[in-house]
Order: sequence, then structure tokens, then C-alpha cells
Amino acid sequence: MPIDKIFKDDASEEKGERARMASFIGAMAVADLVKSTLGPKGMDKILQSTGRGHSVTVTNDGATILKSLHIDNPAAKVLVDISKVQDDEVGDGTTSVVVLAGELLREAEKLVTAKIHPMTIIAGYRMAAECARDALLKRVIDNKENAEKFRSDLMKIAMTTLCSKILSQDKEHFAEMAVDAVFRLKGSTNLEAIQIIKKPGGSLRDSFLDEGFILDKKIGIGQPKRIENAKILVANTAMDTDKVKIYGARVRVDSMTKVAEIEGAEKEKMKDKVNKILAHGINCFVNRQLIYNFPEELFADAGVLAIEHADFEGIERLGLVTGGEIASTFDNPESVKLGHCKLIEEIMIGEDKLIHFSGVEMGQACSIVLRGASHHVLDEAERSLHDALCVLSQTVNDSRVLLGGGWPEMVMAKEVDELARKTAGKKSHAIEAFSRALVAIPTTIADNAGLDSAELVAQLRAEHHNEGCNAGIDVISGAVGDMEERGIYEAFKVKQAVLLSATEAAEMILRVDEIITCAPRRREDRM
Amino acid sequence: ADLLGFSHSNHFRSETHSSFFLAVREKKKTRSELGSDRGKFEARKMALAFDEFGRPFIILREQDQKTRLRGIDAQKANIAAGKAVARILRSSLGPKGMDKMLQGPDGDVTITNDGATILEQMDVDNQIAKLMVELSRSQDYEIGDGTTGVVVMAGALLEQAERQLDRGIHPIRVAEGYEMASRVAVEHLERISQKFEFDVNNFEPLVQTCMTTLSSKIVNRCKRSLAEIAVKAVLAVADLERRDVNLDLIKIEGKVGGNLEDTELIYGILVDKDMSHPQMPKQIEDAHIAILTCPFEPPKPKTKHKVDIDTVEKFETLRKQEQQYFDEMVQKCKDVGATLVICQWGFDDEANHLLMHRNLPAVRWVGGVELELIAIATGGRIVPRFQELTPEKLGKAGMVREKSFGTTKERMLYIEHCANSKAVTIFIRGGNKMMIDETKRSIHDALCVARNLIRNKSIVYGGGAAEIACSLAVDAAADKYPGVEQYAIRAFAEALDSVPMALAENSGLQPIETLSAVKSQQLKENIPFYGIDCNDVGTNDMREQNVFETLIGKQQQILLATQVVKMILKIDDVISNSEY
Repeated sequence: MPIDKIFKDDASEEKGERARMASFIGAMAVADLVKSTLGPKGMDKILQSTGRGHSVTVTNDGATILKSLHIDNPAAKVLVDISKVQDDEVGDGTTSVVVLAGELLREAEKLVTAKIHPMTIIAGYRMAAECARDALLKRVIDNKENAEKFRSDLMKIAMTTLCSKILSQDKEHFAEMAVDAVFRLKGSTNLEAIQIIKKPGGSLRDSFLDEGFILDKKIGIGQPKRIENAKILVANTAMDTDKVKIYGARVRVDSMTKVAEIEGAEKEKMKDKVNKILAHGINCFVNRQLIYNFPEELFADAGVLAIEHADFEGIERLGLVTGGEIASTFDNPESVKLGHCKLIEEIMIGEDKLIHFSGVEMGQACSIVLRGASHHVLDEAERSLHDALCVLSQTVNDSRVLLGGGWPEMVMAKEVDELARKTAGKKSHAIEAFSRALVAIPTTIADNAGLDSAELVAQLRAEHHNEGCNAGIDVISGAVGDMEERGIYEAFKVKQAVLLSATEAAEMILRVDEIITCAPRRREDRM
Repeated sequence: ADLLGFSHSNHFRSETHSSFFLAVREKKKTRSELGSDRGKFEARKMALAFDEFGRPFIILREQDQKTRLRGIDAQKANIAAGKAVARILRSSLGPKGMDKMLQGPDGDVTITNDGATILEQMDVDNQIAKLMVELSRSQDYEIGDGTTGVVVMAGALLEQAERQLDRGIHPIRVAEGYEMASRVAVEHLERISQKFEFDVNNFEPLVQTCMTTLSSKIVNRCKRSLAEIAVKAVLAVADLERRDVNLDLIKIEGKVGGNLEDTELIYGILVDKDMSHPQMPKQIEDAHIAILTCPFEPPKPKTKHKVDIDTVEKFETLRKQEQQYFDEMVQKCKDVGATLVICQWGFDDEANHLLMHRNLPAVRWVGGVELELIAIATGGRIVPRFQELTPEKLGKAGMVREKSFGTTKERMLYIEHCANSKAVTIFIRGGNKMMIDETKRSIHDALCVARNLIRNKSIVYGGGAAEIACSLAVDAAADKYPGVEQYAIRAFAEALDSVPMALAENSGLQPIETLSAVKSQQLKENIPFYGIDCNDVGTNDMREQNVFETLIGKQQQILLATQVVKMILKIDDVISNSEY
């Protein structure tokens, strides 16, 4: 007897081999998609949005590419998700994690065809991942004690991260900037405190890090353009009519004169407020909300610089930099902490006027001004710099570093290979496959650079047979070289996250033996 | 006359049906060109026409795909549907069970091994399949674990029932036979169960049982640490004297990022919020917490009112009052000695600054459930009005701190060392969102198992050992029953074998060979501890492998599965409502 359908009309079910095939293919397709962006000679992708305006993004950043894809395959969604998490958690390695997961699945597919049960593969992968991590831990370099060396480590990491991006031409310059900015954070990972201002025009080389703070705002007309030894009040308060907040209050009058009177009272109230603010003895007032014309005029009269409508992050940063508190009431001028800075002036970058606060008390926040030929260049530069900043801020907390250029993968592959030889049972096939997947990363790097990957990887493997070898692929010269000499470093935290989340994702996809897709939700308007 | 009356009442039904149909049609606006009166007329004519076709019982619309199933056909169809659901879950059973990937209606992906979750999200349409979903859900509510097993069990029972029906045994007799057999099985379980002793200091047996539950999930990589976390959490909130655990006191919170190994148990509350003002202190020691459900905003009386401003003086007084109001609110909190304010609602900017100014850190927009948990943990009272704040109503916590994660600006608030340590939080970290969700479900299962053990200390051995033992007992009992039920009871015994069989199958063992070997071993040595060696450890003795399951969980599984199967067997007529 035919079974009545169990699912709803549009729902579908895929089982066993078919399900596994569908998820393998989906995941590998995604991995292959971003594969060509890996490494210093990786290519970029153009993304065109389907939304209004068909805006175009040119990028090399794995997470950005994957985020913008419309994917229907559930397994592919898992890969997109790990890339996103990698971006949030460590900021870099977003491509590597997807490529590694894809390679792991590719190897797994071969094993499944060779009649090895997915659970056995998973068990082998787990052992291999553990072993690979231990191998990395054995070889980490930690220069936390030696501040000077640590800084140079950071420089190298920043340069390695940046060299695959659009900023590779000026990587020293940007690496310097990123390291400076991160050192200012003093160990905090809150990258909000680093403001990136993008101004088209000039070249990338003209970008700079500003010690002080730059606010993308104009100074009100008739107010001083330059203030020395500024006392700043940072506020978040309504500077319009200042409504009565008690619920249900309304103005009800019976004659025109009364209207005038109340209007006068309102004005008086505003004036009172401005006076109270002025009583703090300030010469600069920054408000998050709008400042209407009337109070602005009052401030101008008093010779106080009033800046309106700074965004919330701007305010928070300003509070951080100048050491002032964000105020909303002004009745006790003596106890409100004011911010201080040596000089406020209006500066020009390109065609725009900006307000520059220099000589600030607490240098926790800073601004990076990016210059470049077009918006696309600037956007990509911002993403690249953001990657570098993320990696650096994480490295400041976890100071362990590794060599780059495919070196960690080769080290791991070697150890994993040895484990495979020692392990009895079917698991050893899976462990061996894991090491092959690891080697796929240097292979891809070499391929993307147009080098003979087979030759290079074979050479690399031979070199790594010696204990304590530092060999990796030097893409610039196109040969195997000593990574320590070339100064190619990577953060341990990034590599570890790549390894673990790629294994986790591959394991998750491998465990699936059935895909059930629900009927897509009907939109109301289709009724 | 009787027949006439029947058809008359049916006629009435058809009319209500047709008017409903009309309403739907109107909503679809396919007939918008027709006047509504005319539409009604047409529809009625159609319903009448159906009567003329000589089908007075069910009104079927245009398509005849939906038919009415009766008698043995109905039972067969229902059994087939139930089996189909069980077949989906069968491969998820046991430590080597596979996962299912479910794509929801909005394109969201869930990967899980938990029977209840799979069925819940499967978007089932068939009525009998829905019964199976219900079955798994009730096992989830009652016991929390074994949701896959119960469905597999029910599927096996249905399969066996089908064979009995083919033999010509009446479904009711089969159902009754099952009922007797289930009683035998449950009693036998009671007999072979073992009690084990544990207390707060020696919770190793609890950990072992939780590990059995976790070993079938994706988190089995660190099942040991997760099992320990679950057991410690349950013990922290358990009322050992009353033998009861309120699982609501255990909050499970997850955040993407980090490793599974970073999952931790926090003796306190974790709130996914940050301080209302960025410059408030991030760490408060020895906090006195005011828990408020009133906003730091001017009052909004429920009754409608108007405050009329018609003179300048009134305007001025109102202004003063407003300022005073904010001031009083903050002062009130300060006066009772609060060092932290947790509020369910938002703050006005001015109030926010005043709080910050008076050095009174505050958290806003805290959800109702979390607020309650905080109140329980800190021993405070939830205060609905500022006037009612008193020092006694404040909650106390040794340490409150804000912690940030990753490269984004995500922060969470830890409230630790609370006055009343009865509320705990399990904080899960993991590589991606699906992992976190699956871990949450797995931890929930483990918590339920630990709770069940505290309620009832009896355990049975897992790995199919209990099922095999029951199967033997039921088989032996079958011969004692005279009558047709005997066959049904034997069928029940057969069905019990299907769980260990599925376990063996999923573990890549030869199912029939393994099962018969274990069964004969149990019978020969008369020891009910032999089960399927899923993990390839090398021994069949589940005592050695430390694979335990709770007695009530197993009993519940058998009882629930039998009940549902009985219900399905008793259906002899399926009238499917054609979709309007």
C-alpha cells in the first residue's frame, strides 16, 4: 500500500547516500568558490547586490563574499556560518576555514565511496585534529616578555595578514598603523574605539593614523575655529524645545498673548539650560542630539564651540579619549567630569572639513583616516585593515605566534601522518585523509600564485622531514624559503580557530544522513 | 425515516461546510467580480449538486484524491504512516546514530540528533504522523530523554501489529495483547533495575548516566566535562529532601565563538545585557541589587488624563516637578542602599545620566524571566514601584561584572556569588550557531536524566540490555496466556528486539548475529546486563561499560509507545477533510 504523504506539500526529504551527496557537493561548491581568493596572490571577487542600485563590492575577504551569497543548500549554510563566526571571533582566516572544511569533506567523500562509515571518519578526524593542535602548540613562539620583539612579531603578523589584500603595496605603512592603533587599546578588544574615516581622494599611501581624535562634523557658524586647552562637555540631551515629559501634559490657552507668554517661557527654559551648561566653564560642547538654532546662537555668543549630532559611537569614543563623562543633566557643574584636550581645530582632508581634537588626555581611542582612489578601494581597505586590527588585538591577549606561508599546515600534516601510521584500524585512513586536507592549503596558495604546486609541496614536505625546519612557500620568489627570515608570521589563535571550527563543521555535515526541507513559508501577500 | 433523518442532518452539515468554503473563496478573491450574494447562491447550488450525486456522507470538492479509508485498509494506511516516521528516526538511535539536517520554512538550518526536535521541525502533515510527533513530545516533557527510542519502539510495535492483522487477528485483540505485554515488561524492568547510591559529594554514578545520554550527540567529544557540568548544575538547584529539581532554575545561555571545551557552569546568573551607560563601572563587588519593574520615566497613569498648561507659572512648576521626579527616583534607589539597579524597562536619558552621576550602575531592558531568576538567585524582591523600595527587598550578590567577547562589541553581565546559590547558568560556547543549539538540546537531555535520577534512584542498563531482558521476559510470559492475545504478546517481544537491533545496525555490526548472541548470553547466564557493544570496547557487559539509563525513562518509553500504538490500532475509519 502506498504511504500517504507524511510531509506537507512542498516539503522534501533526501535520504542516505543522496543526502550525503547533496551536502558534500554543496559544501565543496562553496569552498571552491572562495578557494581562489586564498593567499597573497589570491584573486578578488565582484559582488553585485540584487537590491536597489545594484551596488558593487570588490573584495578578497572570505566572510564578506560568503555573507552576500544566497544559498539554498543547507550544508553550504553551515560553511557560511563558520566563516561568519571566524570573522566575529578572530577576524581573519575566514577563507582558510572554509577551504579546509571543504577539503576535509572532499577527502571524506572519497573514504565514503571506499565503504568507510562516516562515524569512523569522524573518529579519525577528531584524533587528527587533536594531534594537529598539539603539534602547533609544540612549535609556538611566545615573545610576551620581550616588548620589542613582541612588537616586531605583531608587525610581521599584520604584514602577513595585509599582504593578501588590496593594501599589499603599502603593507609596511598600514602594518605600522594597525600595530600603533592596537597598542593604544592597551589590551582591550573593543575595536569600536578605533575609528576609521574613509575619504576618497589621494592615494592609499596618504592614509594616516591620528594620535588624537577626528570627528566628521563641521563647526557651527560664528563659533571659534580653534580652541587651545579646551574643556569639553560631552552630552546626550535634547537641545530643541525640550518637551515636558510628564505624560498627558499639553498646552491649552485661550488667547494669543498666553501663547506668546508660554513661548517666552519655553525660550527661557532653553536659555536656562544653556546657561547651566555654560556654568560648567567649558569652551566646547558636543551633543549627540540636534542643537537647534536658538541654543546654537547662544553658544556662539558665549564663544563656545557647539557640535551637534555626533553619532553614538562618536560620543562614546570622545568620552574615552578626552576622559569626560557623557552627561544628560546639568544641575551640578562641580561634579561633572569634563574632558580635556590641548587643541581643537578644523582641518581639511580632501574637500571635507573635519574637527580634530589633539593632545588628548587618555589615548585609548584613535582615528585612522583612509585615503584612496574610489569608494570600492576604500571599502576594501577598511575591511582589510579591520582584519588586521582584529588579529592584532587578539594576539595582544594571546601572544603566541606561528610562522606562516603554509608552514603550520606542513607541521600539522607531518605529525598527523605519523599518528596515522601508529593507529590501527580503519580510523587511520581518515587520519591520513586529514593530513592530505591540510596539505591542500599550501597547494592552493601555490596554485593561486601560478606556481608549480606539486613540485613546491613535495619539496616542502621533504624539507619538513628535518626537525625544527622553518620552510614555507615564499610566493614572492616562487620557491621554498625560510619563513622566519622572510618575516612571515601568523597568530596562533587564528590557526587554532581555523583548525577546530573546520573540523567541527566537517564533522557536523558528515553526521547527517537525511535532509528534510520544510515547505517554504508562504508570504501573506501571495494569498 | 431513520435514514432520512440522517441525511437531513448531513445536509445541514454540507451547508455549513459550503458557507465556510465560500468564505475562503472570498478571501482568495478569485471571484471578486461576482457579487457576494450571487457567489453564495452558486456555492449553495454546488453543495446541493453533490447531494444529488448520491454521496450524502462526505462532501468532497472537485478533486477526488482524498478518499475515505475504512476497515483493514485504514489500519494498514495508519500503520504505514507511523512506520514511515519511525524509519526516519531509526538511524539516529544510539551512540553511532546519524544526525538529520532540517531546513525550516524560513531557510534556517538545524542539525540535530534529538528525536523530539527532528519530529517537531519536520513539518508533518499526516494525522497519524502527527500522533507520533506528539508521542515523542510527551516523552520529552515527561522524561526529557529517550525521545528517539520511544518512536522507534512504537514503529516496531506497529510493524508487528501489521503481521498479526494479516493473520486475521482482530486489532482490538492485538491492542489488548500489547497492553498485557507492556505490563509484564514494566514489571520486569522494575525487577532488574538497580538502585545506586549517590550524594552531593559522590556524584560519579550520575555523571556516568548523563554520559550515556550525551554519547549519542555531536557533543560526545567532551561528554565527560558536559556531563559533570549538568550534574553539578542539577545538584546545585536540587532539593534533595523533597527529591525534586526545578529545572527552571537552570538557565542555559549560549554564545557563538570559542570551543565547546570553554563551556562553563556559572553559579549565578548570566544576562545578555550591558550597563545602560558606557561609563558606568564594569565590576561591582558586594552588590546590593534593586530589581525594578518600573521605568525610570515619568509616570503614565492608566486612566486617561490631561494636564493643561495655560499659564507660564504652571509651565514652570511642571518643569520643576519633572526634574524633581527624576531626582527622587534615583535618590530613592540610593537611599535604600542599592549599588546596582536592574530594571525591566527603559530609562530616560536624563535619568540615565543621573544614575551614572550618583554612581549607581544600572541595567535596562532585562527580560521578565531573567528578572525572576535574578530575584531568586540574589534573594531580592521584584519591586513594582519606587515608593515600595526598602533595604530588605534588595538582592545581594558577591560580584557583578561585565565581560566582552570576540572582536564585536558583545558584552554579557555575570552576576555571581549570589546570596541564594539556588540558581545557576550553563554557558555554552561553540564553533557555530547550529552547534550551540544542538549542545543546548543535549545539555537539556542530560539535565533531565540527572533530575530523574534524583527523583528515583533506580537505573537499568542501556545499550539495549533492558530491552533484550524485557523481550525474554515477555516471550516467556506469552505462553501463559490462553487465547489469541498470546500472539500479540509474542509480537510485542519481537518488537522489543528492534531497539537493540537498530543500535547494532547503526554501529555497523551484524544486527541479527549480534542480537542473537547477546540474547542467548543473557538467557544462559541469567544476567540482564548484556547489551550491544556499540563503541567497540570489546565487552557486552554494560556494567563494565558504565552505560546506564533511568528506570522511569525506560518504563515511560514502553508505556507511551504501547498507548499510542493501541490508539492507532483502534482507528478503523479515516475521513480526511479535503483541503478547502
